[in-house]
Amino acid sequence: MCWEFDAMKTDPAKPVIEVMNLACGYGETVVLQNVSFAVHAREVLFVIGGSGCGKSTLLRCLIGLLKPLQGDIVYFGKSFTAADTSQRRDILKTFGVLYQNNALWSSMTIAENISLPLEEHTSLSRPDREEIVALKLAEVGLAGSEELYPSELSGGMQKRAALARALALDPAIVFFDEPSEGLDPIISREMDELILQVRENFGTTMVIVSHQLSSIFRLADRVIMLNHETKGIIAEGAPAELAARSTDARVRDFLNQGNDFPKRQNGNAAGSNHLLSK
Amino acid sequence: MSERHPLPEVGADGNTATAQLQGAAEGGERVLKIGGDWRLNELVPSWTEVVGKGTAVKVRVVAEGLGHWDTSLVLFLAHGRAWGAESNTEFLTEALPENLQTLLRQVPVKSAAKPATKAAVESKLELAARCATKGAQHAQQVVAFLGECTLGFLGVARSPQQFRWLDCLVEMQRCWASSLPMVGLVSFLVGGILAFQSAIQLQQFGAAIYVADLVGLSVVRELGPMMAAFIVAGGTGARFAAQLGNMKVDEEIDALETLGISSVDFLALPRLAAVTVMMPILALYANVLGILGGMFVSAAMLKIPASEYWIETQNRVGFSDVGTGLFKCLFFGLAVGLAGCLRGMKCERSAAGVGTATSSAVVTGILVIVMADALFAVIYNVLGI
Repeated sequence: MCWEFDAMKTDPAKPVIEVMNLACGYGETVVLQNVSFAVHAREVLFVIGGSGCGKSTLLRCLIGLLKPLQGDIVYFGKSFTAADTSQRRDILKTFGVLYQNNALWSSMTIAENISLPLEEHTSLSRPDREEIVALKLAEVGLAGSEELYPSELSGGMQKRAALARALALDPAIVFFDEPSEGLDPIISREMDELILQVRENFGTTMVIVSHQLSSIFRLADRVIMLNHETKGIIAEGAPAELAARSTDARVRDFLNQGNDFPKRQNGNAAGSNHLLSK
Repeated sequence: MSERHPLPEVGADGNTATAQLQGAAEGGERVLKIGGDWRLNELVPSWTEVVGKGTAVKVRVVAEGLGHWDTSLVLFLAHGRAWGAESNTEFLTEALPENLQTLLRQVPVKSAAKPATKAAVESKLELAARCATKGAQHAQQVVAFLGECTLGFLGVARSPQQFRWLDCLVEMQRCWASSLPMVGLVSFLVGGILAFQSAIQLQQFGAAIYVADLVGLSVVRELGPMMAAFIVAGGTGARFAAQLGNMKVDEEIDALETLGISSVDFLALPRLAAVTVMMPILALYANVLGILGGMFVSAAMLKIPASEYWIETQNRVGFSDVGTGLFKCLFFGLAVGLAGCLRGMKCERSAAGVGTATSSAVVTGILVIVMADALFAVIYNVLGI
């Protein structure tokens, strides 16, 4: 039996994800309202915005951890919000998620972490699963780490292992929650390259929640920017285009932040350490 | 450079995956044509079936009508490559889409891909040595923690304003609220069961009234304090371990230490004090409910009036009996608090670590309670009380 969601084979012209008039929040508090956008196959879409604008809340709605207050989320033409348990399970199998804190199961080895989705959703034999685990680890540059526990890996390696787990079922979509969070610039760049490589190799659609400007300009085909005052999308488009030509100052300010850092010259510019000066 | 293969088609119609080996069966160059949709968990050709027992000098793999593919195809080709290496056959994949070749290059060659194995099997001596070291480390931890707590309490005695009184009161309230219903119910039932069991025997000798003596003494000297201590160990002790364990995992304890605040003074002392104070109070409550349980069964089964039962209990159970029971409760409380706080603060930084710390706190708490109770029984016997 095919585990893949049947709707994936039906209409290639339709967007992979359609979000329609979505409102989400917690209890009485509405964090986002009237949010509508679409994501197409093989696209890398960034959800950006300042802290507290609802990026993570939107992601939680998209991956089914938070029930929308209103509106609909449609995957491959099928409603996720109105799906019954079995349809929902089918939809869930079409995407992988990389969580901000990696969310690797600490009591399991890396191999067991990656193998679990395969065990749950496929009928592959144990040797096959072991081979897939080895392959996935090699893909993310962690070959030979099967028997290690998450606590034995560095932050960057944990992120890679979590990506390997997210890719275990070869999902059509991968959601990333702050993939560069807590990583140094070099590891962060390597992570970005890994994301691009996955897209190149498998044509995976990526939805990335982040406020790392370097990653946004390096990876994004398109960004949507959320704002906590309007509780919705204030800009949508290619990042370079928005940075240069957006009519909204908030958007330009956000995307051009890297350009206004004061440059220190020989360590005695405006930012010199007052504690050392007498 | 080979022609780039289109990325996997999300909307493609499903075709069965195919792999056909063409060319002379023995020796020479053979062509392997792969096509169709290759999906994990769908029926895909296996390399052994495709190659059979044939041999070749070269196998050239080409894509023909290849639709959607995923890891299943990469694995199939990896098996082919391994077969090629084993049978000295050239396995040529240059004609395949570039992204497929990239993925294939990433697949570890089988022998090289052996997962890192854990240390070899230890000898019995090594195992014993490791256990002894672990035991010694454990003992050192306990002694160090006891020392820190003692120093902390001495510090509090010198300057009581340092003590976190509010935290202590909150913990007392939580301990009281969470344990009260269970302690009451269990003690009432235990008192009742004891009366019921003893009544069957004592009735035969016409000594039914002595049920009150038996229940009263057993409950105030042993069962009341023990029941209260067990329930507090399972509830409050486990809560301390889980709470402090999570704080350890979230680096909250590290944050205290780096601020120069002793985590023992800040977290452990208020909890220890709270549970030590609450334990005798809960035991007293358990005593009352245990006696009431016995009274209820005696009235219902033996037709002994409640007033008669109460007078008999008063005559037999003295203040020293109640006092000895409550006195040892102070130690039970301390044991439960120490086990909970120690296990929580020394827990491993993982979800499993918190679980282990919690269960370990309960088990240690109960074990220490029983051992302390045995010790007190001997001491009271020697002292004649």
